[in-house]
Amino acid sequence: MMIRFYLDGQLVEVDVKPTDTLLKVLVDKLGLTSVHYGCGEGSCGACMVLVDDKLRYSCLTFAASVNDKKVTTVAGLLSDHELSPLQKKFVENNAAQCGYCTPGMVLVAKALLDKNPSPSDEEIFDALAGNLCRCTGYVPIVKAVKSAARR
Amino acid sequence: MAKLRGRGIAAINYPTGMNLGGDPSQVVIVAQPDGRLVVNVASVELGQGIKTVLAQIASEITGVPVEDIEVRFGDTESAPHDTGTFASRSTHRMGNAVIKASEEIREIVLNTAAKMLEASPNDLEIREGRVWVKGVTDKSVEVKQVISQAQFTYNTPVVGKGFYVKPKSSVDPETGASDPHSTMAHGCTVAEVEVDTETGFVTVLKVYTVYEVGKAINPQLVESQIIGGIVMGMGAALTETVYPRYPVLDFQTTSFRDYVLPTAGDIPEIVAKIVESPTPTGPFGAKGVGEMVVNSIAPAIVNAVYDAIGVQITDLPITPEKVLKALKKSGR
Ligand code: FES
Ligand code: FES
Repeated sequence: MMIRFYLDGQLVEVDVKPTDTLLKVLVDKLGLTSVHYGCGEGSCGACMVLVDDKLRYSCLTFAASVNDKKVTTVAGLLSDHELSPLQKKFVENNAAQCGYCTPGMVLVAKALLDKNPSPSDEEIFDALAGNLCRCTGYVPIVKAVKSAARR
Repeated sequence: MAKLRGRGIAAINYPTGMNLGGDPSQVVIVAQPDGRLVVNVASVELGQGIKTVLAQIASEITGVPVEDIEVRFGDTESAPHDTGTFASRSTHRMGNAVIKASEEIREIVLNTAAKMLEASPNDLEIREGRVWVKGVTDKSVEVKQVISQAQFTYNTPVVGKGFYVKPKSSVDPETGASDPHSTMAHGCTVAEVEVDTETGFVTVLKVYTVYEVGKAINPQLVESQIIGGIVMGMGAALTETVYPRYPVLDFQTTSFRDYVLPTAGDIPEIVAKIVESPTPTGPFGAKGVGEMVVNSIAPAIVNAVYDAIGVQITDLPITPEKVLKALKKSGR
C-alpha cells in the first residue's frame, strides 16, 4: 500500500506492507541513518521519533499508521544545516560517545523541554528512563538536558 | 528491617596493551594539496574518541591546526597494519606511531619553510599554525601553505610514516618473570551504598573515583570514559546477568527487560578525578584508560555492601535475592 507523510518537513511517498514498522521503512526503504534499531521491542529507545510531535518507538509503530502525519527525526531539528541549541548542548557536554542512543536521547529531551521548559532532575530522569546508553553513563546527557533547559 | 549504609573501597592496576608476539601499530599521514593532513590508521573510533586524540597529537607536532586534520579509519583495504582496538592500547600504540609519522611531516615542513623564508631549518620554530624564524617577529609562513608549496613548488611528496611496536617479551623459565605490558595505569574507587534489608535492594548513593592515566591528552574524553565505565561497572555489580535462565535456553535472556542496564535515574553522584604521572613509553606520557574504569566499581560496591550488612557477597551481580539470602544465613 502507498502511504505519504511529512518526513522532517518533506512530503514522502512510499510503498509499504501493512506489517512494516515505521523503523523498517525509515531505515530500509528511506535510507535514514539516524534512526537506530536496538531491540525492536520498545525497551531501548534508540529508534525513537516524533509522530505529530509525540514521542514514538518507531519499532513499535506501524508505518501505515503515520499516513498523512508529521514524522520528525533528529535530523529534523537542524535548521539550515545548523544544529539546534539542544543538539549543541549535547556536543558541548560530550553527551555522545558511540552515538547509538543519541538521536533517541535528543528527541526525548526535545519532547520534554517543549512541554516543560524547566524540568526538575526527577522529571529529566523520568523522561530519559526508557532510553538506554551503554557508553556515557548518562551523566553528560543529563547535564546537556539541564543546560538546555530554562533555569 | 532497616536501611543500612556502607562504604567500600577498591584499587586496581591495569596494563596498557598486550604481548602476543609483539603489538604493532602503523600509521601513514598523507598531505592534501591545500595543506590539510589525512592520518590513515586501522584503530577504530567506537566512541572513545581516538579520532580526536590522534588528530590532537598530529597537530601538536606538525603545527597543522587540529580542525584541518582528518583521521581516517576502518578501511581494511587502505589502512596500514594494526593489531586492533582493544587492550586499552589505541592512544598509547597509535599515538606513538602518529608521533613518529608526524615528525617526518614536521621535518619536511621545516626544510621547505627554510627555503621559503631563506633561513636555516635549525633557526625555525613552529607555533600557532605558522613556521617562524626564531627571534624574528615579522618572518613567518603558515604551515598549511608550506605543505602546499612543498608539493607544488619544491616537488616534495609530503608523507609521514610511523610505526610502534612493543616487542614480544618471553617468560624467563627460571623465575617466570616477563615484561608483557608497556605501562601500568592505576585507579581507586570508593562507593557509598544503602541496602534495604526488607527488599534486599542496593542503591548506590555516591561514587568517588580517581584514575592515574599518565597524561590526559583530552581531559573531557578521559572524564567521559571514567563516568561511562563506572556506570557500566555498576550494571555488572548490581543487575546485569544472563542467569538464572542461562544455560536453560528455553527461558533465554533475550531482551533488555531481562538483562537490566542502569538507566538515567539510577546514577549516583559521581566525583571523578584524573591524576597524571606520565609514562616514558607513552605519547606525551599517556597510558590506556579504556577498560580499567569499568573494573574498580564492582569490588568497591561489594565492599560497601559488606560494610553495610556484614556479609560479603562474592558473586555478581548483587541481586536483592542474594542480599536477602545472605542476611538470612548470617542471622541478621
Ligand atoms: S529499537 Fe525501538 S525501542 Fe529498541
Ligand atoms: S553513546 Fe553509545 S549508547 Fe549512548
